[in-house]
Amino acid sequence: MKPDSTSDTVKQFTQQEYKWGFVTDIEADAVPPGLNEDVVRVISAKKNEPEFMLEWRLKAYRQWLKMREPRWAKVEFEPIDYQSIVYYSAPKTDKDGPKSLDEVDPELLRTYEKLGIPLREQELLAGVAVDAVFDSVSVATTYREKLGELGIIFCSFSEALQEHPELVKKWLGTVVPYSDNFYASLNAAVFSDGSFVYVPKGVRCPMELSTYFRINAANTGQFERTLIVADEGSYVSYLEGCTAPMRDENQLHAAVVELIALDDAEIKYSTVQNWYPGDKNGKGGIYNFVTKRGKCQGRNSKISWTQVETGSAITWKYPGCILLGDNSVGEFYSVALTNNHQQADTGTKMIHVGNNTRSTIVSKGISAGQGQNTYRGQVKVLKNAHNARNYSQCDSMLIGDKCGAHTFPYLDVSNTSATVEHEATTSKIGEDQIFYCQQRGLSAEDAISMIVNGFCKEVFRELPMEFAVEAQKLLGVSLEGSVG
Amino acid sequence: MLEIRDLCASAEGKPILKGIDLSIDKGEVHAIMGPNGSGKSTLAGVLAGRETFEVTGGRVIYQGTDLLELSPEDRARAGLFLAFQYPVEIPGVSNLYFLKAAVNAVRKHRGEDELDAMDFMELVRKKTGVVKIDESLLHRSVNEGFSGGEKKRNEIFQMALLEPALAVLDETDSGLDIDALKIVADGVNTLRSPERSVLVVTHYQRLLNYIIPDFVHVLVGGRIVRSGGRELALELEEKGYGWLEAEVGATNG
Repeated sequence: MKPDSTSDTVKQFTQQEYKWGFVTDIEADAVPPGLNEDVVRVISAKKNEPEFMLEWRLKAYRQWLKMREPRWAKVEFEPIDYQSIVYYSAPKTDKDGPKSLDEVDPELLRTYEKLGIPLREQELLAGVAVDAVFDSVSVATTYREKLGELGIIFCSFSEALQEHPELVKKWLGTVVPYSDNFYASLNAAVFSDGSFVYVPKGVRCPMELSTYFRINAANTGQFERTLIVADEGSYVSYLEGCTAPMRDENQLHAAVVELIALDDAEIKYSTVQNWYPGDKNGKGGIYNFVTKRGKCQGRNSKISWTQVETGSAITWKYPGCILLGDNSVGEFYSVALTNNHQQADTGTKMIHVGNNTRSTIVSKGISAGQGQNTYRGQVKVLKNAHNARNYSQCDSMLIGDKCGAHTFPYLDVSNTSATVEHEATTSKIGEDQIFYCQQRGLSAEDAISMIVNGFCKEVFRELPMEFAVEAQKLLGVSLEGSVG
Repeated sequence: MLEIRDLCASAEGKPILKGIDLSIDKGEVHAIMGPNGSGKSTLAGVLAGRETFEVTGGRVIYQGTDLLELSPEDRARAGLFLAFQYPVEIPGVSNLYFLKAAVNAVRKHRGEDELDAMDFMELVRKKTGVVKIDESLLHRSVNEGFSGGEKKRNEIFQMALLEPALAVLDETDSGLDIDALKIVADGVNTLRSPERSVLVVTHYQRLLNYIIPDFVHVLVGGRIVRSGGRELALELEEKGYGWLEAEVGATNG
């Protein structure tokens, strides 16, 4: 039981509009809209990247030109004009980059405060190292020294390219190659920044590493790239939380996350995603087309994805695990909520390659308003993967009668020693449940929030404490107006 | 405390309550009895603000305010408690969590500080004795998989926690064996106070052996056709509802 979360939810419910819909006025240093080889070169040059990086980007760009947008997802949207997107924008600074928070634009700091991320307080109290991404460039990194003592590298992708190019070169694209899919290739060509984490052998990262993303400049595509490598016997928990200001234009977000766990290493990756979902009539909102994949490369390695997806107009996202090492473990815990006109097509891919590999999938889909929520999950057991085990549980909850829930499990088992279980349920929040709660003094919206939070409990349990509270609040806010 | 005047209500366009008059003072226990389909549960539902019933006439004054103007949650926060005939299951939501949310919603409304987890648990420990509720039920999902008796005990336990000014018990005796009935009735009796009014809705008189009412009203065909003291309940036990229904039929005809 999380004692105070209900009263928090109550407070959150009084907020009617998208709470974080403000725009920070910062002079953007942007290239003109459109994409060609020159733009790719400009991005690479602006970031003073090593040669291998530019070559990789160009290969990706040329590959991308030959590709087409995937059309199999159960989502509908107007065609995206990729030539109208701005592919690079960075907040201007007088120097090369801030060395400490004091050097950060006060306007930026105020934005973070509005988002509830007081960096200074976090430094002191929360024990969370924040690599805050504003638009496309990292502007503040904390706890660097403390992590440095342990040999942990936690920095922006740009910095990693300057300071640890050999590590980037070794691991970049080893899980999500530049040719992986349309959006991943686009990302590979134009990604502006992101996070890089390396945890050395035998080191247990003593704090949660956290990045807050934010999309700010108008019409700016956001192409983040995150690479996390956990060396043998290490452990790291990484948090990604997102909010975005209100915009009328649709904004494309095509991020890529690659995780690599070597022998006996464990990576826990948690996401709370709350990008602007568009207004009640389905106008605006973020297109969230993300490729996230982890590779359990070593024996006994483990990768765990936990996601709470409440935002975005369209979500297209399948964080998966390639279970290469013997005895490796992959987990996927997901809450996806669609309200009003939101569409989500999300799930996971568990690819069993090694022996005795195990995967667990727990997916909770909530549809309200006219939201469309699709679970799409693949469990694949290769021929030589002996004794693979998978357990999948996909639950859907409907609020109202105009929304939809869809489940597409794909099972592809080529080894007879595998055990694969799939369970699915669909439930509806009943009027009698809401009335019962009302008769005990709760508003209808609080009642729904409470019931939905109960429904999602198994997933929230997997989140770090602060994130779990945040996630509950988000569900509450996201369900506003879903009653009646 | 509660003044019901000429209250009329219908469900799905069908008139059910056809002019109810009833006054309940502070500290009084009233029983509404009547045959099936007479409108007893409708009355309880209308008082609590259930949307399936449409109020078509009359008024209800509760503690000086127009009750029918209030939302269901505001009625609850103002101290009106309905013990459900069929308590609803809420999977995934722990009973304790639910109760804490309810208690704090009411406290907030009264301008009191919300209870933190520690204070709330203290309150829970104090109240568990009232209905001898098994502590394990508190940690389970609200009413999920509870037996009929456990559900009813949970209702009375909630009532003990929420300390309502007016408690409406809708057929709380239905589905209870005699031991459970006694426990539930004991719970209600413990909660009787000069500050608290109770409206017991029941088909059978047996509950009234344990919860002794100050007044008994008989509801037939959507109207209160007879009011009296406790002895009226005993009379009904003996004669059934037939003679009253016949009487009403005669007057109407």
